[in-house]
Amino acid sequence: MIQGIPIEHFLIVSTIMFFIGVCGFIIRRNLITMLMAIELILNSVNINFVVFNRYLYPDQLQGHFFSLFIVGIAAAEAAVAIALIINIYRKLRNIDVENVNEMKF
Amino acid sequence: MTGFAYTILIPLIPLIVFLVTGLLGMKWKPIVSGLLGTIGMGTTFTLSLLTAGKYFFGGHHADGFQTIIPFETTWLRFTDTLHINMGILLDPISVMMLVVITTISFMVHLYSLGYMKGEKGFARFYAFLSLFTFSMLGLVIATNIFQMYIFWELVGVSSFLLIGFYYTKPSAVAASKKAFIVTRFADLGFLIGILILSFVTGTFDFGKLTEPGTAIFGSAASMSFMGISAMTWAMTLIFIGGAGKSAMFPLHIWLPDAMEGPTPVSALIHAATMVVAGVFLVARMFPVIHFQAPAAQEIIGYVGGFTSLFAAVIAITQFDIKRVLAFSTLSQLGYMMLALGVSGYGGEEGLGYMASMFHLFTHAMFKALLFLGAGSIIHAVHSNYMYDMGGLRKYMPVTHITFLIACLTIAGVPPLSGFFSKDEILVAALHHNKLLFAVEFIVAGLTAFYMFRLYFNVFWGKDRHYHHTPHESPLTMSIPLMFLAVASVFSGFLPFHHLVTSDKMGFDTEMHMAVAVPSVLIGLLGIAMAWILYKKESSIPAKLANKFGILYTATYNKFYFDEIYLFVTRRIIFNYISRPIAWFDRHIIDGFMVGIGLVTEKISYQIKGMQSGQLQHYAFMFVAGTLALALSLLYFLM
Amino acid sequence: MFYMFAGIILIFSLLSVTTRRILRAAVYLLCVLLATAGLYFMLNYQFMAAVQLTLYAGGIVVLIIFSILLTSHITHRFKHPDLVKLIMGAGTAAVGAGLVISTLLSHSFQASTAPELPVNMTTIGTQLLSTEKNGYVLPFELISILLLAAMIAAIVIAKKEKNKNSEI
Repeated sequence: MIQGIPIEHFLIVSTIMFFIGVCGFIIRRNLITMLMAIELILNSVNINFVVFNRYLYPDQLQGHFFSLFIVGIAAAEAAVAIALIINIYRKLRNIDVENVNEMKF
Repeated sequence: MTGFAYTILIPLIPLIVFLVTGLLGMKWKPIVSGLLGTIGMGTTFTLSLLTAGKYFFGGHHADGFQTIIPFETTWLRFTDTLHINMGILLDPISVMMLVVITTISFMVHLYSLGYMKGEKGFARFYAFLSLFTFSMLGLVIATNIFQMYIFWELVGVSSFLLIGFYYTKPSAVAASKKAFIVTRFADLGFLIGILILSFVTGTFDFGKLTEPGTAIFGSAASMSFMGISAMTWAMTLIFIGGAGKSAMFPLHIWLPDAMEGPTPVSALIHAATMVVAGVFLVARMFPVIHFQAPAAQEIIGYVGGFTSLFAAVIAITQFDIKRVLAFSTLSQLGYMMLALGVSGYGGEEGLGYMASMFHLFTHAMFKALLFLGAGSIIHAVHSNYMYDMGGLRKYMPVTHITFLIACLTIAGVPPLSGFFSKDEILVAALHHNKLLFAVEFIVAGLTAFYMFRLYFNVFWGKDRHYHHTPHESPLTMSIPLMFLAVASVFSGFLPFHHLVTSDKMGFDTEMHMAVAVPSVLIGLLGIAMAWILYKKESSIPAKLANKFGILYTATYNKFYFDEIYLFVTRRIIFNYISRPIAWFDRHIIDGFMVGIGLVTEKISYQIKGMQSGQLQHYAFMFVAGTLALALSLLYFLM
Repeated sequence: MFYMFAGIILIFSLLSVTTRRILRAAVYLLCVLLATAGLYFMLNYQFMAAVQLTLYAGGIVVLIIFSILLTSHITHRFKHPDLVKLIMGAGTAAVGAGLVISTLLSHSFQASTAPELPVNMTTIGTQLLSTEKNGYVLPFELISILLLAAMIAAIVIAKKEKNKNSEI
């Protein structure tokens, strides 16, 4: 199914997606949307792993497994992050990241 | 000769007493420490007398006295040739010094039981006394010059402690510091002298250094510095050390101030023991000085002569009785130094050496007596100044009699001991140097005059209004006075010329009438003048003082030596050397260090704002930093 | 086919970080994840795609939507982001993307000629639990422990504190 599609195209897609995630992480205020941006970043990394595996080392499954593990870690991270967000919400009545600045100088 | 092994106890007992009273004395009743110290010192005194008896009279001395080393151990071994020993050396002068030190120390211990009664720090006082005695004993029995130096410094420390005994009194603190710094300064000369000497000869041992005709100085002749031979340098420097301890001009300034200490301390340290350490040092090194560095011996003679004249003149004008005694001590020490300076070596030639040691011995007795008597007077009158005293002979008969004996002794009235020893010195001076003889002759008259000025002022004259009637001192104080008076009277008959001589061989002396008669006469003249001027209250002294005007004022102010020293140290050294250095240290060195801290602090305040707590700023910084790093790596560094 | 997925991914990810309604952002994210799963199908990794669908699209997105519902009003619209922040984020992203893409394009990847490993459930299962070469039992166990720990931590953190009346 991927005959004729060069590897670079996949990588360009994942790169752009990664930096959209970075951009979103920096510009969004809401903690949940920041979390979504992180999911985007992780997802783009996953694509990279899988694509490298398919194109460069089709006789092995390392990239594949790495993506699997990343999915698992993403799930764990999302669970903890949401727990934290809920706690912050309880305390501050909103989830703007700018209000979470108690740990400054 | 054997059987002197027990002499090790002589320095050890005071050391043990010092440790015990020093560490535990606070917990006991004060009198326990006092008694312990006195009993320990009594034991030491007895042992010293035994040693002296056995050494001097215990055998046949056809070929002179042997040097005995009953005990010696290597303390520090650097190389085979360079090692520092600790030991005990017995020869005539060290045995004589043992007797002097333990006698005076024992008397002072006994006397202090009464004098210091009820003082705060009684136990501390006795601990320091023991420490001082230990150091002094260690000094005189040293087998090598380095051991001597160690104990020399210990003596300095313990005298510092004793002078500053009343440490709440600012003048006592200042005096103790002054004494310590001045003597310490002189000790530097001593140390350098030791180093030169040991460099030249390769040994510290007195035995090897003072052996007649020894070859170890062979290499010294070729060495010189600034046109003066190495040995002259070494001996002069060592003499500077001795001059510091013995308060020779111009390092004398600490001794009068040291009278701030308790009076028994003055008697012990500043009359009989510590100040003669310098004389003892010169006597110990005498063969070396005489044969290797005649120039240094000349210096010693002239410094001694000048000091004795200078101090005697100042003593005439002082009113503090302890200061009069202090300057009198200076004057007598000058005598001893002068005698060493004019002495030859061996037999009759060594008369000066013998006379010096003889005078040291007698002087220790009568000067300690004078100080203890002064202490007794001060104890009764509660003042140091003679214009607060007068007519005391009625109230204090024992003190009066003993003080009179001491004054007659120091004035050189026969047949008291001072007459004999002073006479020997004058004879020795006459044989070698007419100028120094003339100086000493005048000083003899001056000595008689100022001592009797003191005596008449204190014991005769009008009664003053005392706060309470002066009373005779307690028995613990008067017994030492009586003992020392007896010693002052009779010690002149000791056959010193058979016992303590430069080459350890006895020789015979005779009375030199040509010297003895004039010296007695000038002494009597001095006494007579004092009688006329001070026996009755009169206005003559004041008129005389007015007549001499500026001269009198200068003398009264000790020729402004303290002021000169102060000027040199405070104005010149402090202002032009120390202050710029201090400024440099405070502003440049410290400023540099403080600056580092300040800059760090300022910067941290500036960059503190970056720690904003804004997660997104951090993320931006992180990503931007990573990118910048990647960019620079890709395009600029590769 | 690929370009369709690629287009979906880029457009929806862009939308998901720019939309002003939070629930829409979550839905756009879901679309991105689904398109990614499509890519995995294209790459012939069916298991991976299935995991992506169930875990990411099914699990995480649902979790996110729940938390959105717990903490926000659906009608809430965000303010426009600060201009400074916008420039910061966009600039970083543009520079980073430019850098990475230029590096990518200047690098020639050597396609492997090795025979493909058939990727079926047997292979995956065997390798995942194998201790031999190409076995991943150790990271597998690690992930299990991590998930357990994260689960406990999430419960502990989100649990209501005692002695405090809850307002949620």
